[in-house]
Amino acid sequence: MRHIISVLLENEPGALSRVVGLFSQRNFNIESLTVAPTDDETLSRLTVTTVGDDRVVEQITKQLNKLIDVVKVVDLTEGEHIERELMMIKFKAAGAFRAEVKRTADIFRGQIIDITPNTYTVQLVGSSAKLDAFIDALGTASIMEVVRSGVSGIARGEKVLSL
Amino acid sequence: MELLSGAEMVVRALRDEGVKFIYGYPGGALLHVYDAIFQQDEVEHILVRHEQAATHMADAYARATGKAGVALVTSGPGATNAVTGIATAYMDSIPMVVITGQVMSHLIGEDAFQETDMIGISRPIVKHNFSVRSVEEIPEIIRKAFHIAETGRPGPVVVDIPKDMTNPTDRFPYVFPKQVKLRSYNPVTKGHSGQIKKAFDLLMSAKRPIIYTGGGVIMGDASEELTELARALNYPVTNTLMGLGGYPGTDPLFVGMLGMHGSYEANMVMHHSDLILAIGARFDDRVTNGVDKFCPTAKIVHIDVDPASISKTIRADVPIVGPAKAVLEEMLQLLKASKKTPDQEANKTWWAQINEWRTRHGGHFRTDDSEKMKPQQVIEMLSKVTGGDAYICSDVGQHQMFAAQYYKFNKPNRWINSGGLGTMGFGLPAAMGVKMNFPDADVACVTGEGSIQMNIQELSTCNQYNIPVKIICLNNGSLGMVRQWQDMNYESRHSQSYMESLPDFIKLAEAYGHVGIKVDKYSDLEAAMVKAFAMKDRLVFMDITVDPHEHVYPMQVPRGSMRDMWLSKTERT
Repeated sequence: MRHIISVLLENEPGALSRVVGLFSQRNFNIESLTVAPTDDETLSRLTVTTVGDDRVVEQITKQLNKLIDVVKVVDLTEGEHIERELMMIKFKAAGAFRAEVKRTADIFRGQIIDITPNTYTVQLVGSSAKLDAFIDALGTASIMEVVRSGVSGIARGEKVLSL
Repeated sequence: MELLSGAEMVVRALRDEGVKFIYGYPGGALLHVYDAIFQQDEVEHILVRHEQAATHMADAYARATGKAGVALVTSGPGATNAVTGIATAYMDSIPMVVITGQVMSHLIGEDAFQETDMIGISRPIVKHNFSVRSVEEIPEIIRKAFHIAETGRPGPVVVDIPKDMTNPTDRFPYVFPKQVKLRSYNPVTKGHSGQIKKAFDLLMSAKRPIIYTGGGVIMGDASEELTELARALNYPVTNTLMGLGGYPGTDPLFVGMLGMHGSYEANMVMHHSDLILAIGARFDDRVTNGVDKFCPTAKIVHIDVDPASISKTIRADVPIVGPAKAVLEEMLQLLKASKKTPDQEANKTWWAQINEWRTRHGGHFRTDDSEKMKPQQVIEMLSKVTGGDAYICSDVGQHQMFAAQYYKFNKPNRWINSGGLGTMGFGLPAAMGVKMNFPDADVACVTGEGSIQMNIQELSTCNQYNIPVKIICLNNGSLGMVRQWQDMNYESRHSQSYMESLPDFIKLAEAYGHVGIKVDKYSDLEAAMVKAFAMKDRLVFMDITVDPHEHVYPMQVPRGSMRDMWLSKTERT
């Protein structure tokens, strides 16, 4: 099963490499990874999506907690949560397909953020599944480039991940 | 306030940590630190002949005392030579602080002379590592390094110090922090009382219980509590390789080591149990054998200070996160307050069954008609000559298993071996590290002619510092454990498992200034060993010729259950 694990990490040099190293060292899988400092500049927040059975995911959270630079860990998929990913996608957009890109982007509530006579670059925000659906809708033939941020997630309601 | 250079701070902070010996080897990146060492006499530096030995000496000190040992190695090859020793300590959860030199800060990343990324290299084999970025933080980093190494589940910590951080002309106020706080590191100090109660109830209602304990009881200083609990309940106890000595080896409740080369009775008891109380043990693959067939009728209570060890390979029914000592103390209190007692009838039946297994003597060695000495006989003799009270520092291979099986450890911290990593070359430096700190104790290195040659250069260090350990070399002229597997699984094709042109160990010992004794016949063994241990101030190298065809038994059948064992070359359970 797919899990979204959020980690509060000391904003120290090398801290990220400990997390990434742990995943490869223990043969855990990383589907996506995002990391950036938080409002508290001493902390970074890292979101990792991974796939594994309950035993593996339990090990992942426990092993992450053991890292000295890791302050807190939560598996967002254990509760109600919101996930978002940002994608920028550049199409060869000429002829009839140009209008098709625009229409589909509108339906998916994407924005066209760059235009040339032969290309469109679309920005789309949503769950990873929604981004996949957008690509499926337009087909891969005209795609020139895809950039995805990886998943960020946050718990719904009053629950927070903080010190 | 006193102004010190970074180099002086390193040495002063070690002194303030109560460090007596540091084991190391100098080099360019550490010259300032070595100059600071030269100018004081509170911390003594022991010069090894290879950095790996420095880490093993520090490690063995920690295994014998519970306190972090310290190794000091230079950048580049000094640091990479220490990697095996760091990994050895990591796999066995041994507290150790390894200070590595580094090239000057402005050169880092430029492939400077003797530069390696030691933070990167050591990352998967340390509990934590630090890179020093300003001189003032040195005392605090060293305090943190010891704190992290020694608390919770112990482990090695690396402190990487660029040379410019130790510059003698840059001086700063020295403040040694008594305590350090790390907001992201708060190891548990006691177990969850509700869980302990649940475990206690299971213990009281068990009919076929077994107490299975590992290195966590040794490093967690919980041997007394364990002994009290087992005796109060009259329950059998088995120890892992790392846990030997955690429960007295000659006590009737002790059924021996368990696992791949565990005793017949220990593995049978485990397999047929209805309750396993696991304490500071991690259900390692050398213990469980096939996990899908592991102890089918047992409920499992697992006490460990590291939550990640619980339910990692075998699911625990009652997990208890906490230090062994604190949790066992709480269990003992429950026991004293409780009116319940274990089921006496069931206990009697269980012991009758266990004693029946015991009488089978499964896997015990047999002497045959040949003149050849059995390696097991040598260990039994060692146990006899030292009264079971020596520190036994083992290398890795058949001799290690024979020592684990046939030396009866009655006290914790006496059995010093590389269990998790299985590091050949560990034994001699380990024995040296122990002997330097316990000069009056008998310290033996049990080794083979393969392992001993992996750090034989340390005989020179022993000469320099007069470290009179006893080397018990079981010489079978081959890499015995490799050979055993080749016999069992490769139709005795002994690929690269024998050594031609072995040195004359007696002359070699003498060349390094020590005493060598060769023993070929069992009838000479006792007198020779007594003589060796009577030479209190000499290192004695006993080169003992043993039967090269001997295998270690019992041996679990791969991927089978705990009870599936070879008991001899021809006998299977």
